[in-house]
Amino acid sequence: MSVNTPVKLTIKDYKSELHNDWCAGCGDFGILTSIQMALAQLQLDPDKVAVFSGIGCSGKTPHYINAYGFHTLHGRVLTVATGARLANTKQTVLALGGDGDGYGIGAGYFVGAGRRNVDFAYLVHNNNVYGLTKGQASPTLAKGKKTKSMPEQSIQDGINPVAMAIASGYTFIARAYALEPKYTAGIIARAIEHRGAALVDVLQTCPTYNDLYTKEWYEGADLPEKRSRLYKLEDQGFDGKVKDPTDKQEIIAKKSAAVARSYEDEPIPIGVYYEIDLPTYEDEVFRRIPDLKETPLVEQNAFERDVNPLLEAMR
Amino acid sequence: MQKNRLTWMIGGPQGSGINASAEVFAKACSRAGLRVYANIEYHSNIMGKHSFYRVRVDDEDIRSYRDTADILVALDDETLTGDGHHRRWPTHFGHLHEINEGGGVIYDSEIEFQPKESGRADLRFYPVPFMEIIKKALEEVGKGEQARRYEVMKNTVGLGASLALCDYPFDLVAEVIRSQFKGKRSEVGELNVRAARLAFEHVKQHGSAKDFPYTLKPGSEPKARILAKGYEIAAIAKLKAGCSFQTYYPISPATDESVFLERHQRDYNLLVVQCEDEISSINMAVGAAHMGVRVATATSGPGFALMVEGIGFASITEAPGPVLVLYQRGGPSTGMPTRQEQGDLQFALHPAQGDFPHIVTAPGDLRESYQDIFSAFNWAERYQMPIIVLSDKKLASVYTTIDKLELKYDRIDRGERFTGSEWTALDAKGPNDSANGHNGNGKGADVKEYLRYALTKDGISPRSRPGIPGGRFWVTSDEHDPDGHITEGVEMRMAMMHKRMGKLALVQKAIPQDQQYALHGPADAELTVVAWGSTKGTILDAIRVLEAQGKKINFLQCRLMKPFPAEAVGTILRKAKHIVSMEENYSGQLASLVTEHTGILIKDRINKYDGRPFSEDEVVRALANAYAGGKIEPVVTHVR
Repeated sequence: MSVNTPVKLTIKDYKSELHNDWCAGCGDFGILTSIQMALAQLQLDPDKVAVFSGIGCSGKTPHYINAYGFHTLHGRVLTVATGARLANTKQTVLALGGDGDGYGIGAGYFVGAGRRNVDFAYLVHNNNVYGLTKGQASPTLAKGKKTKSMPEQSIQDGINPVAMAIASGYTFIARAYALEPKYTAGIIARAIEHRGAALVDVLQTCPTYNDLYTKEWYEGADLPEKRSRLYKLEDQGFDGKVKDPTDKQEIIAKKSAAVARSYEDEPIPIGVYYEIDLPTYEDEVFRRIPDLKETPLVEQNAFERDVNPLLEAMR
Repeated sequence: MQKNRLTWMIGGPQGSGINASAEVFAKACSRAGLRVYANIEYHSNIMGKHSFYRVRVDDEDIRSYRDTADILVALDDETLTGDGHHRRWPTHFGHLHEINEGGGVIYDSEIEFQPKESGRADLRFYPVPFMEIIKKALEEVGKGEQARRYEVMKNTVGLGASLALCDYPFDLVAEVIRSQFKGKRSEVGELNVRAARLAFEHVKQHGSAKDFPYTLKPGSEPKARILAKGYEIAAIAKLKAGCSFQTYYPISPATDESVFLERHQRDYNLLVVQCEDEISSINMAVGAAHMGVRVATATSGPGFALMVEGIGFASITEAPGPVLVLYQRGGPSTGMPTRQEQGDLQFALHPAQGDFPHIVTAPGDLRESYQDIFSAFNWAERYQMPIIVLSDKKLASVYTTIDKLELKYDRIDRGERFTGSEWTALDAKGPNDSANGHNGNGKGADVKEYLRYALTKDGISPRSRPGIPGGRFWVTSDEHDPDGHITEGVEMRMAMMHKRMGKLALVQKAIPQDQQYALHGPADAELTVVAWGSTKGTILDAIRVLEAQGKKINFLQCRLMKPFPAEAVGTILRKAKHIVSMEENYSGQLASLVTEHTGILIKDRINKYDGRPFSEDEVVRALANAYAGGKIEPVVTHVR
């Protein structure tokens, strides 16, 4: 977490000047606004924030944010973000990408990042399709579904991101909805504030290619009695936070409850599924190399090292 | 009697500790002022498969191994006669046939082996009761019944027995053994010394141990040499250069370097991260490089095959690194994981899609590795591009004496940096210096605005790092504008391609000539050898032998592969009377590169791709043949 600047920052301070080229009505706008709202809410100095993205429509997000921005490679966003975060532990790191990026081509890194528990927030723009390549099925589209540009129904099943995150070791796992920016901003702010790897799976509409899960579908406009297909976990008194991180039984119970909720599909729960306070990867590094705690790698003087003891040992 | 020119070889199953005794022997010789060149051959296997270690010792500088040895220590029968009895297609035929006339063979007397049937009546055979000796050594401390637990001490027994043959002072070796077992393990050290001494005495009592024709005496004035492995030198170069972040995924033969660094990370505040795969390794490194840290990674062919998209990413985003040490091994695919090959040169030159700048260098020995890896970090930051240092299995695992390890070019150069909102870096470059009369900001030359990819005259934009006020930037793997935002515009595309690719000409001009290539030997040679990388020492050793026979041969060593010193190489080769290339790959990848850049066709290509490095003898034979105008053929080591 970086130091607050004396002047109060507003959402405008986190907007870049770049022209936006997303489709009108894209769920990405909601997520972008949510991020900017969250940064303003936390009053983070834009110089102390770095935003990383994968490839796809969502990958363009950092260009629209006034902070250090890294638009990386398809599926590799978490690896680049991890390297950056470890090099400078004073920098707030926010990573984001699409569902194909994070749960498909990047699935291995999704798991690796959970295991490490590096301190960053990771937002997945989950719209069930590969938008930029014109609407193929993404890893979250269920078996038997067919969006409008798919020639045939999907014959492979969708994955469950929340359950995957639980199994991988993420220490903060939440779900949000792109068209509810205020709520999403609150969740993102919590994810950034959380110490450790935080996943926010953001359900998102793709007005151009996803004709199944549209704004109207989420609103339940097609139901006999119109009602939202989403509900908030906290509204049902659900609390995913582990009170005692040393209590294995409590951890198992909380994880099981989160996984059980993650399989509910109508309505879909949003909110925080699971949260636990555990040592981060950085904490473990500091235990090994104490000097890095106060002085991140990037500020270390690495140019006056005496390698003679190593050479002496070779005599 | 041949004094101070000896090759000692120990062979046994993987896991039997042959490394330990070979390295003790090497160290004992090095400390006594002798020069050592030792190399190991081993299978990709944890326990049981045949491995062997050669230790060549000499008064003179030696940089290669010989085909033959003078003393062989065999911990098993496979070491003597090969694995033909349990393999349909034998992998080797043992080492008996590689022992010089009159040489000695020490073997475990438990092995069912009949020297008389070996067909080598000229050799002296020494059956040694390995386990009995271990038991005896243990009995002296009342642990006689535990002999089987100490079976690994067989290699020490073999070493002790050998010393009796070559008449080397036992105490020098005992001292090294003790130094390897310090603290709590000193008791084990003493046990090893005792076992070695018992073996030493056992062989001494053997009549034919007297007047053994190959002897070793400590040098008269021990020099302050070091005895180092290649991966250690690579790691130390990284530390010396200020590398603070190393990523890796375990892979033979690259892993040792990262493990060495990890072992010392606390002492040098360097972070080593073991990643989930090599895609992660390279991209973590790129991420850290953009943050302003000197970063490195190390891998081998299969891992490099995964890293390639990250190299293109580093290059288009003008990341100041990483420095990647590529330890080549036998390919293709998984190939031969623990064996030698120089098969990745063309791959390293063209690792990913599109045209992009990167530097590829191929040091020829440990001293050159030290320099080039150190320099690579400067180049990475000054020219903002990834650097590949080509090494290989042989350079990684060779254990050899180095007279003096020093850097000729030891300055740290962090390149041009934007260090804060004071605009110094950009002012120094001057927006009006740009070829286009502007720095790309579209707001005129007077507007002072930090642009990560400013269009400067020489193509180098001062780099910022996240966290710096006023240094805000964006990075994208897409083509981009000076801000770092995506563009597909024609003008900007052309400007950025020229900016990036143009940096290679700066690199070519800036890298010292002796780090680009070297011509060893007389200018007016009858035969010119063109080669690169770790074959350097072998070729130099072979030329020394041929020179003594009156043959005039020189050697063009290519070191900087990209950008390639085409003009200089062309000039040298156009004067050459007869050119042969020597490479440890199938196709002659350097020979093709030379043709690509100079138009000179190298037809005579001496190649070796059996997974083993050239020996001195092989190069002597191949070059003598070429010198005499013989037909050029590939070289194969182990023929019965």
